[in-house]
Order: sequence, then C-alpha cells, then structure tokens
Amino acid sequence: MTPTLISERAPAVAAPPADPRRRPRLADLGTPLLYAASLSTALVLAGLLIALVGQSPWDAASAMYDGSLADGAAIGQSIDQAAPLLLVAIGSVIAARAGIFNIGQEGQLLVGASVGAAIALFTPGPGPLVLILALLGAAVGGALWAAIAALLFYWRGVAVVISTLLLIFVANQAVSYAVNSPSLLREKAVAGQVTTSQTDMLAESVWLPRIGEYPDFNIGAGIFIALVLAVGTSVVLVRSRLGFRVRMLGLNPKAAHRAGVGAVLIGGGALLASGAFAGLAGGVMLTGSGHRMQDGFADNVGFDGLLVALVARDKPMLAVPVALFFGALRAGGGFLSATGVPRYIVAVVTALLVLATVFPAAYAEVRRRRTAGA
Amino acid sequence: MIDDLAMVLASSVRLTVPLAFAACGEYIAERAGTINISVEAMMLGGAFNAVWGASLTGSASFGLVFGMLAGLVIGFVHAQFSHRLSVNTYVVGLALNALVLGLTSFLLDSVDLTGHQVDALNIPVLSDLPLLGPVLFAHRWPAYLLVGVIPLVWWLVQRSRFGLELRAAGENPQSADVTGIDVRRRRRQSVLLCGVLAGLGGAYLAVGEVGAFNQNMTAGRGFVVIAAVIFGGWTLRGTMAGCLVFGAADAMRLALPALGVHLNSQLLIAAPYLLALLTMMFLAKTHRQPAALGAPFVRGIV
Repeated sequence: MTPTLISERAPAVAAPPADPRRRPRLADLGTPLLYAASLSTALVLAGLLIALVGQSPWDAASAMYDGSLADGAAIGQSIDQAAPLLLVAIGSVIAARAGIFNIGQEGQLLVGASVGAAIALFTPGPGPLVLILALLGAAVGGALWAAIAALLFYWRGVAVVISTLLLIFVANQAVSYAVNSPSLLREKAVAGQVTTSQTDMLAESVWLPRIGEYPDFNIGAGIFIALVLAVGTSVVLVRSRLGFRVRMLGLNPKAAHRAGVGAVLIGGGALLASGAFAGLAGGVMLTGSGHRMQDGFADNVGFDGLLVALVARDKPMLAVPVALFFGALRAGGGFLSATGVPRYIVAVVTALLVLATVFPAAYAEVRRRRTAGA
Repeated sequence: MIDDLAMVLASSVRLTVPLAFAACGEYIAERAGTINISVEAMMLGGAFNAVWGASLTGSASFGLVFGMLAGLVIGFVHAQFSHRLSVNTYVVGLALNALVLGLTSFLLDSVDLTGHQVDALNIPVLSDLPLLGPVLFAHRWPAYLLVGVIPLVWWLVQRSRFGLELRAAGENPQSADVTGIDVRRRRRQSVLLCGVLAGLGGAYLAVGEVGAFNQNMTAGRGFVVIAAVIFGGWTLRGTMAGCLVFGAADAMRLALPALGVHLNSQLLIAAPYLLALLTMMFLAKTHRQPAALGAPFVRGIV
C-alpha cells in the first residue's frame, strides 16, 4: 500500500492546507449533485414507466399526494404507516452498527405479532396492562426468533444473513399453522358462521390508543413509541459506553476483541435487540391498525423497514424522516386505484429510491479509489 | 398404487426442473463468492418476461429466450452494483427483489398477456416404460435441456480454466488477485451466468409448466434454490439432489391430500428452509463452503 493511499484514507479531518496531493476533485463537489441526479433519475424512471403503460404520471403523483399529505386525515395515515417502518429500521440500525446484517425482520415481525396476539387474546386483566404485556411479548417473540439465528452463528458459525433470510419462510409457515389451528390462534367458532384462517378480533380495550380528532387529524400512539425509541437508540449508540462497544465491534471486530468487547454478548445482543424491535413493530401493527392476525399481515413492512435503514445509512435519527417518507409512499399508494395506475408502482419507486441512494456514495468511492490508484 | 407413485414422482420432477436450472446458476455464483439473493428476482423476471415475450411473438419457445434475457439484465444490474461499485450484495439483492416483484405485478395489471405453453416431448419407446416412462421421459421439451446444462456447468466450474479462476475468486480472492486473476470480473461473469440460468428456470416455470404468469409466481422458489445450494454443501450433485428433495416436498404437498394422506402442508412448505438450516448447522464447521463466500473483494485490504 502506497503512502498516498494512506493519506487518502483520512482526508477531511484537519487536512493540512498545503497538501499538494490533495486537490479538489469533481467527486467531492459533485456528491450532493450526484444524489440529486440519482434520485431524480429514479423518479423519472418511475414516471416513464407509468407513461409507458398509457397512464398519466401527473394523475398518479397527485393521487399519491392526496393520499399522503393533502389533509390531516391523509397525514395521519402516512404517520401511522411510518411507525412500524421506523421501529423495524431502528432495530436494523442497531444490528448493522454491530457489524451484523439481519435481513429477517419480516419473520421476526410476524412471530412477534403472533406472540402479542396470543397474549392480547388470552390474558385476563385490565386493558392497558394487557396492552403493555402484549407489546412486550411481541418484542420478546421477535427477539427469540432472532435468537435462533444468533445461536446458529455463535455456536455453529452459520452466516446470519442466510439464517435470518431462511427463518422468514419458516416463520411464515409457523404463524400460518398457528392461525389455522383451532387449538392455537384460529378464531373461535360462532354458531352459524364459518371460521376462516385468522385470529379473533382483539378486544377494544387492548387497542393502541389514538390521539387527535377523527376524521380531521388523528394518529396512533405507535409513532410516539417509535420516536422515543429512535431518540433513545441514537443517544445510546453515540453517547453511552454500551453504544461505543457496539460501534467498535462493528468497525473493527479484532480491535474490539483485544479491548475486551465480548462479541457474543454485544453482537448477539444487538441481533436480539434488532429482532425485538421488529417484533415490537409487529405488536404495534397488531394493536394499532390490524387488530387481528390474518394472511398477508406482515405486508412487506419488515423488508421495507430494512430498506429505510439502508437509505438512512444506519443513522437512527435520519431514519425518522426516511420512514415518514416511505410511510407517505405507502399511504399514497392506497389512493392510486382511482387513477388506474396499479398500486405496485409504490414498490417500484421504493426499490428504485434505494438503488438511487446507494449509488452516489459507491460511485464517489470508486472515483476516489481510481484517482488514488493512478 | 403404481399409478399414484408415478404421478407423485412425475410431478416431483416437473417441480424440480425450474429449481434445477436456477440452482445451476446459483451454484456458479456461490462458487465465485457471491450469495446471490436476487436469484428470486431473476426467476420472477424470467417468468414474467417469458410470458410477455411469448405473447408478443406468439411462440412459447421465443418466450424462453426472453426469460433468459430478463435474468441477464437483472444479473447485469446486480453485478455492476455489487462487483463494480462495491455496494453490499445483500442490499442490491433486496432492492432488486422488491423492484422486480413490484415491476412484474405492475406490468401484469397494465399489459395484455396471453397464455402460451411449449410443446411436450414424449421420448418414443422410453416414455411407454412403466413408472419410469411418465416420470423421466414425458416432459415439456426444455426440461431435457437439463441433461446438457448440468454436465456443462460441472465442466465449466470444475474442469475449465475459467472455472478454476472463478473458484479461486470464491476461495481466496486476495491470492487470486495477486496471481493476476481479475476477481471482480470473474464474479460479475458468474452473476451474469446465474442470471441467464435462473431466468431460464423462471421461464420454464411460466411457459413450460403453467402456461401463464400470475402475481409473485415464483413465491420464494429463488430462496429454495439458495437453500438447495447450501443443502448440497456447495457441490453440484448435492445441489441437484437438494432440488429433487425440495421439488418432491412441493409435489407431495399438492398430491398427498388427493391420495388421502395427511401431512402438515405448512411443514412441507417450510421443509426446504428447515433442511437448509439443519445442513448448515451440521456442515458449518467442516469448511465446505467457499472460504470467501459473501465477502466483498477490495484490493489490498486483508
């Protein structure tokens, strides 16, 4: 490795003013510009796609606006959609900062929601207490599902990415089994009615409270839980000794080992925490909006929440606006059906935006490496 | 009894074929060091494009070519992002899976598709054999391509210069780089090959078996393929055995209720993933996986 390369690796902080090798480059100036170009390319591509199938991109955009931002009710919808995304994203951030890539949030969310449903349906007691127990149970359920992956990794060395990915499909079937078994979660038979594969509706006393006036502006309490946890996670990660250990483990596992950071305790803990957040997101969806488990309950929230964390570049506070934006996209997508544009365009836009946000940093890195190598 | 057995076995083989094509591709990609989770996107894109292409040209066989092209394009995007721009390969894979699922669902609602199916090819004489005939010698014609593709993939990876370099990129990219192998290029090529084969697998599912496209048609088969490669311990014959086992599990799920046998269908759907997890649990310490599997390659950083 040449000395040039080393000096290139630590550029910005206290760069000596008269370093002859350090010239302003296009990549430095252009990064914000590159982001703008890259994001607009993604949106233009989505617009072109709509135009290509003979629909109007403007109608689609205005319908999306009506569904997500136009009035209080729409804004409330967007915020409600954002809450579980944000919770999943915070969890993903914790794991990613510890150097562990958990992509099984979809499954952890489902398992968490089922545990929450079991507690909410079968625990006697005052509503608020049962609600809190259900949410905590959901978090524990998600954490335990992630614990399988942690166990496989630290005991047998199975890659976390693969095990968490495969466990999603196991969770799908396990939850489907529970929801289909009358002895487990399937709804109780009422004379004269056919039961379907879903759970009973939760009692209204264990619903997550809603704040504000219906229909003008009203939001579920989920977003407040998510915001408090986002701030808390950010403070712990940046300011506390625990957070320092987590980040150290992620940045340099060898140095962390030498410094006495227990990889199993901190790394495994981060993976479990990430599962707990996904499970809590499931609990919030259950008690806040769905009120029962049924097919398609997870609705890709686990995957989308993970994408939120990716776009937010693993910063919990940055995840807040990104989650709100993705939530607005999801809420707006519900209004598309009137325009004739299939609502799946939302998934396309989301994925294009993710690719668009990872592109500039990677491109700048390639430019930097090429210049350094020359 | 023999008829029931023949039916279950024949349907196992039919459900194995799309997995086997895609698994050949995933095997190549993993031997070069990429855990290619966008194989799901490649299969789904291949399936959609095959039906679209067949609708445009009126020929199901052209549809297969369209399917392979879709896989190739997805592979190209994945390769450029993860092995030129060094973006985390799982990030790219997740985004591509979401993109292709959204895009195919969007286009399914927006364009007119007509059903097309490739011709069946019953091998004369052999297809009349009892039991073996319907199981092995009475399929849609692209299924027989496997007879050529599997040995070809084996030769390519295990016996050719290209395959040696590919495996070196997957086992020890730093050493491979020092000996003059262009690690990133080999990995890009492996993902492209994976795209073509997974696209063919998806296309076979659509225009070979079903004859139409429906939303999220592959329904996680790409992940079953990844499970098959793991189950097979990163050998081609093990991978193919995995595909056969998982195809049989799928066939049993569909066939057993008709035969009056009750096995839990959720357990059968989850079986591939559970078996892959168990295999990894027992094989993880035997170091049979490519040593640099999933690790990005950056020159000079050890």
